[in-house]
Amino acid sequence: MTTSNRPTVAIDELNPLASSVSGAPSILYLGPTTSARGDHEPKCFHDLLLDQVFFSITKDRGDYQLLPFFYDHLGGVDDIKFRHEVWGDLEEAALLDGIRAFASQMRDVHQRLSWSVKSTFVQHRRALRLDAADHYCSAVTNLANALGAANLKSRALLRYRDSLAAYASSIAFEQLASETRSLKDQLSQIRYCINLKGLHVRVVKYEGEADYGAEIEETFARFQQSVVKDYRRSISDWPDMNHVEAMIADRVALLFADIFSCLQSFCEHESDFLDDTVTLFEREIQFYLSYLDFIAPLKSQGLAFCLPDIQVESKEISAKETFDLALANKLALQGTPAVRNDFHLEGEERIIVISGPNQGGKTTFARTFGQIHYLASIGCPVPGRAAKLYLYDELFTHFGKEEDPTYHSGKLEDDLLRIRAVLNQATTNSIIIMNEIFASTTTQDALALGTKIIDKIISLDALCVVVSFIDELSLLGPSVISMTSTINPENPIERTFKIVRHPADGLAYALAIAEKYGLIYDTLRKRITS
Amino acid sequence: MKAHLMFRDKDFDLLQPLPPNETQLVHDLDLDTLLVAMAGADEFLRQVSRVALLNGLSNPEEIAYRQSVLADCASHSDVVREIYGLTVNALAEQHKMFWFNHRDNPSSMMFQSPKIIAMFIGFLRQLRKIADEHADSFVSEGWTTLFTTLKEELNDAYFVAVDDHLKQLNFRDGTLISARLSFGNTGIDYVLRDSRHTKQTWKERLGVGGRKSYSFDINPRDEAGGNALSTLMSKGVNSAANSLTQAADHLSNFFTMLRTELAFYVATLNLEKSLSLLNGPTCSPAAQPWSPALLRFSGLYDACLALRSQKGVVGNDTDADGKTVVIITGANSGGKSTFLRSVGIALLMMRTGMFVPAESFTASVCEGLFTHFVREEDTSMTSGKLDEELARMSDIADAITPKCFVLFNESFSATNEREGSEIARQVIQALIDSNVRAIVVTHLYDLAQWFYLNETESTLFLQAGRETDGGRSFKLTPGEPLSTSYGEDVYNRIGGW
Repeated sequence: MTTSNRPTVAIDELNPLASSVSGAPSILYLGPTTSARGDHEPKCFHDLLLDQVFFSITKDRGDYQLLPFFYDHLGGVDDIKFRHEVWGDLEEAALLDGIRAFASQMRDVHQRLSWSVKSTFVQHRRALRLDAADHYCSAVTNLANALGAANLKSRALLRYRDSLAAYASSIAFEQLASETRSLKDQLSQIRYCINLKGLHVRVVKYEGEADYGAEIEETFARFQQSVVKDYRRSISDWPDMNHVEAMIADRVALLFADIFSCLQSFCEHESDFLDDTVTLFEREIQFYLSYLDFIAPLKSQGLAFCLPDIQVESKEISAKETFDLALANKLALQGTPAVRNDFHLEGEERIIVISGPNQGGKTTFARTFGQIHYLASIGCPVPGRAAKLYLYDELFTHFGKEEDPTYHSGKLEDDLLRIRAVLNQATTNSIIIMNEIFASTTTQDALALGTKIIDKIISLDALCVVVSFIDELSLLGPSVISMTSTINPENPIERTFKIVRHPADGLAYALAIAEKYGLIYDTLRKRITS
Repeated sequence: MKAHLMFRDKDFDLLQPLPPNETQLVHDLDLDTLLVAMAGADEFLRQVSRVALLNGLSNPEEIAYRQSVLADCASHSDVVREIYGLTVNALAEQHKMFWFNHRDNPSSMMFQSPKIIAMFIGFLRQLRKIADEHADSFVSEGWTTLFTTLKEELNDAYFVAVDDHLKQLNFRDGTLISARLSFGNTGIDYVLRDSRHTKQTWKERLGVGGRKSYSFDINPRDEAGGNALSTLMSKGVNSAANSLTQAADHLSNFFTMLRTELAFYVATLNLEKSLSLLNGPTCSPAAQPWSPALLRFSGLYDACLALRSQKGVVGNDTDADGKTVVIITGANSGGKSTFLRSVGIALLMMRTGMFVPAESFTASVCEGLFTHFVREEDTSMTSGKLDEELARMSDIADAITPKCFVLFNESFSATNEREGSEIARQVIQALIDSNVRAIVVTHLYDLAQWFYLNETESTLFLQAGRETDGGRSFKLTPGEPLSTSYGEDVYNRIGGW
């Protein structure tokens, strides 16, 4: 079992919501406080399009700072199992609904607290804070009830349930809840009037005066003849208060001094009612919720997700009906499910060389291979009906880079330097993914250099996927297998996007694609002169 | 009044549509570097330069018109920069007067427009003075026409007449507005009247005899009352304010156009200065008709590379007269892309009427320049790499016409060599047979070999240099295409793995 030696970032630096020294048990990490957390995006993210995936997953949840969790490759099988158990518990619909309701109420709490902090008017600030406390109390109670009613099996949620139950029955919490209820109730019964005279405003208690607006409406109803513009303005929910409203509120507070002095003392002694037990869970559960929300539309398209078998000894890996998560997410918007592929390696097989027609899904397959291994390493369900995956130490990618006009020493050298860096760092426990290497050189050079690369990876005995148009690379030994993209023989332009274990056959059908774009000689001539 | 420094007979349109391959050209030829040298941080100079570069001319005579204006600018750079500065200051003054904030309200237009006009007239006087002092030493058609126009249209009598009008617009005796009654006795058809001959007499003021009058006051702190008066005023002066504002607009447009057209020349002078500091030679190119095919130059270098690295770079000499295709093969890191970019930039600058970064340069003027350079793997997942290359080529096919130039850099190499060569051959052949010319940097040996065997007469073959120890020389030389790109050299140089 390898331990990550990534630098540890204290959680309170990442998230003001989280506590620095927390007695609350984590639902993401088995161990107490030793957990390492990712402080930067892994290098493979861009090539694997995991940057897009995790951007989509976390984009509406910026406040929770979830990316550090998703950047954190777990070192041990039991760490991964700890999360697998939680995914199992969350399959219970009633529990999941209860947790979602909790999350939503907590968002209301933070929103009100932040409005409260920003307000410059004292009565405005206090009312918002009381409202936040009200939402908080019901969030805690509801979560405790939901956990209590659920049939929990995971170590994470079982130990958390106990911790929350203790908090919810504490004197401090019960006192907060009863004071909040009482104050809310009293404030809601206050009635007052303002009297405007020129620039003069007077505030008084309400004493039963009749509804004049209704009288006026009745009086003038007879003049209505046709539809006229509606001058009523929609009143926004924006919790802003202007200085006039503030001065009125100050006068109301003087009229009802008893209630408002209670509110004042409430705000003073309950200045920080958020408990670590609650806020840590609030943030960590978003790891699960965000991922579930992301995969839900894909599942409804019939795409499967599974908890993979995690392997550390054997490199006999396999996956059934797996797919590219980034592509599937994009296609889901268009209503098309992504194409699914299978793969397996057995015995001494380590390296998959993918060749075949372009636009056949080769790059997508290479990305998929990397994505599912990464997802497995953070304890998430992976795309596919079933999967056995390897727990690697590092995942390296090398994808073709654009020629940069500022870089004048040549593209090939740049490629080779980057490849050397990968090969020198990779160990026997690494996974290496190379896509369309040496696109800018001759077949002769690409074959010679490609062979040098494969030879080096064979000697490392590492798992590897190589996409290349150099067929010969798939024949370099028993540890190398060939997979090819396939085409529909009836219509070479139509792609199946299926990648299958098959000897390389050298057919790229490039001209068929050129024809599709109207770029063969006759068509192109007509286009230029027309 | 027209500036007409960019065209003999029309204005330079800063908002004209740019060619559909704008993004590609800017990116592939690294035009941003060129634009920085032309404009520095000046966003306006940059915008003008960008539009001029991307929408070049295809007529050698139009190019010659600009080249002669540019020659005058080069020999009188102080005067040209002074006039440019004047236009910049005039427009900055206008901006300071918050002109654009007041144009929805006739009252404020009535108040502001005369001030704007007076301000511009001041700058016109200065411009006239410069014309009087320097016109004689300018020789180009563009400049002499402009100076003549200034002297004729801005004569002394004209300035006197303008001053007279501006004085009257002070309304020292109040604004007189006529109106008629409409529904509910409210006013309508408000018209501003001349008040100079209707001054109130002392008798009227006292209410004894003559024209009878009544008056009332609005409390100065009554904001709503003030607003109502202002609305009435606006209705009254509507038409007059419109005329004044249009006059101010015309003046503003003249200064804007003069500034725009001068900006191109100022930016070009800036670039020439930057290159001369790097000892980079420049010359006025000989722009020739499309046929016969002409392309020959000496000491041509990549101006962007020189600017970026802040030192002189190796120039190339080539004679491709009579050739419709140039195919460049050979060593990696051998300066092929640099060469390609240098030709592209020079063709573009020539089309614009600028100098070119070379010792000498003669070429046919094309009607459009296109680039097809290798790109990074598409991250939007809509297509694979070859698909992306073909889609870009198809975009070019949509936009291209005969008499255009296409620069290919490692195109169609995302598939294997045999098929990449075949696609490229069909594309290039179709282009050439349609009277398009191409420069092709390629690793596709099959492609180069095919042209060598079948199109020897019309094709020039260039080699990126290779020295015996595997080190590179960055000069390109004519020669038969070679079958390797020396990948192993690079492998050995970096020490392998």
